[in-house]
Amino acid sequence: MNKKPKHRYVGLEKRKAVAGYIFILPFIIGFALFMVKPFLQSLYMSFTTVELGAGKFNMVWSGLANYYYAFRTDPEYTRLLTEELLRMLIYSVAIIVFSFFVSIILNQKFHGRALVRAVFFLPVILSSGVMLGLESNNSVIALMQQQVEDATTGISITDGLQTILRTTGVGVKAFEKVFEVIDNIYDVALASGMQIIIFLSGLQTIPKSMYEAADIEGCTAWESLWKITFPSISSLFLVNWIYTVVDFCMRSDNELVEKLQKVMIQQQDYGASSAMTWIYFLIVIAFVGITSLLINKAVYYND
Amino acid sequence: MTKIKIKKESFWERNKKSEGYLLKKKLTSIFVSVARFILLFGLCFLILQPILNKISVSFMEEQDLYNPIVVSIPVHFTTSNYELAAEIMNYSKGFVNSLIISLTIAVLQIAVCTLVGYGFARFKFPLKGLWFAMVMLTIIIPPQVISNSLYLHFRFFDFFGIIKLITGNTLNLRGLPVPYYLMSAGCMGLKNGLYIYMIRQFFRNIPNDMEEAAYVDGCGMFRTFVRIMLPEAKPIITSCFLFAFVWQWTDGFYSNMFLGTTTLVSTSISRIVDSLAAYMQRILGAKVSISVAQSNAVLSTGTLMVVGPVIILYLFAQRQFVESISSSGIKM
Repeated sequence: MNKKPKHRYVGLEKRKAVAGYIFILPFIIGFALFMVKPFLQSLYMSFTTVELGAGKFNMVWSGLANYYYAFRTDPEYTRLLTEELLRMLIYSVAIIVFSFFVSIILNQKFHGRALVRAVFFLPVILSSGVMLGLESNNSVIALMQQQVEDATTGISITDGLQTILRTTGVGVKAFEKVFEVIDNIYDVALASGMQIIIFLSGLQTIPKSMYEAADIEGCTAWESLWKITFPSISSLFLVNWIYTVVDFCMRSDNELVEKLQKVMIQQQDYGASSAMTWIYFLIVIAFVGITSLLINKAVYYND
Repeated sequence: MTKIKIKKESFWERNKKSEGYLLKKKLTSIFVSVARFILLFGLCFLILQPILNKISVSFMEEQDLYNPIVVSIPVHFTTSNYELAAEIMNYSKGFVNSLIISLTIAVLQIAVCTLVGYGFARFKFPLKGLWFAMVMLTIIIPPQVISNSLYLHFRFFDFFGIIKLITGNTLNLRGLPVPYYLMSAGCMGLKNGLYIYMIRQFFRNIPNDMEEAAYVDGCGMFRTFVRIMLPEAKPIITSCFLFAFVWQWTDGFYSNMFLGTTTLVSTSISRIVDSLAAYMQRILGAKVSISVAQSNAVLSTGTLMVVGPVIILYLFAQRQFVESISSSGIKM
């Protein structure tokens, strides 16, 4: 069935294929020049010692020395790596849960909905790039933040609850992480603008008749949330999860990224910097891959 | 006109007939909307509070900052913070530079990304899946991974050894905007993979008929694209352009790496407190320590001056920002 039309339209199909390649040509050239080469070079560099000279740079093969340096010699790297990865995991989950519920609320009809949506989307525009890392970039500001934190430790939102849970013996590490996220709800809200919009776009495609039918059959709102809404937009969880994790890696307030830049620009140690970056990158890729596979299994596809 | 007789029943009568169901329903809906209002008001306040706070601080004189009675409305209203921040950041020059660079970069990136996105959406060609996987890869790879290598790439720039052959030396392109323009022309700028993805998604949803009709009438591939497909894609192109502009405006990473020597608002804001110290030292002739409060005021003012244009743009073009994402139908 496939063969016959293909045979007949060989001229047009060929022309279309050529035109397609011409259209994506800029990407191919850019990808080859500015992605493949630096990518491979950076991989190679992580196994070498880079020596800068006049008008050129030499790379001397040094085996796994840089990786050994990253894990065993550098005082900060392993600590920062584990901290950032843990933070990434916790915050990504928090962001997904938060944006899911906020998007459900924003999908309801009420006065001022457009305004609220605009406010929630504002951080996407503002907090990319410099704005995020600004506050803690500077020693004076860091000092000031410390003072403010010292002065306000008593007024944490969850403090009362924490004390109660601790005295009753429930407060374990897991709870403390949850409280940390709740105390930092500002960071979560700032990072979830895009995810909220993506969820909202999915919610709008669910036909209203489904909810009506469920309501008539005696389904409560809570049940229809998990039986209708959740499965209908479950594929968007995957999109949002990948977006969130990747976004987290590129944030400029990521301490590990700062560390990598420091090793590269201040210590001029390109080899070690590459090795550290590659370790981080591989772990993140593995993490994204594994979690996406797991989520993909749970996703319900309607077609 | 015939009079339709409706027996007016009060709420309570109707409630009685429904055996309390109506009251329950009414109370629940009131409770839900009150709870929703409190929650949303709190969250919106949370997001807006830093900006509001910065606005109030930026109009305060130094003595107000130390005064515990003054919280948000300044007693000594002043605009001197703005003058100082503008002076330190070299604001007018930075503004013009940022505007030019952001505009040109955004136009270039979106023009190229539209071509590529259209190519991926509308044509069948061998290895298409592979190339699209590469686009996804550029979204996933953090620019930090390749930054150190790019750094050296442009420090010792050469084009297949040609430049070295002619001048005997490699070019140092660092600090010049050229590399960044080259990268943008090759779809490797800030978040370009995302734009390609969004534009492709949009083009895929346009029905085939129009294109085929154009082909049948003898319109070429490129002319079809310009005459028929581009006008259709105006909304998505506008919104991608806005994103490209805004993200470029506030971007620190690429700006620091490639445009370090150009005065831009986004790079000068990250150095503003250090510049303040240097400025004070130059004026007073002696090394002074800047008070925390004053550096905070100047930093807040500077931040406002950087994000101000973006917020104004957002106020006017809010629909274009948000709706295109919902309409492009992002799916896996």
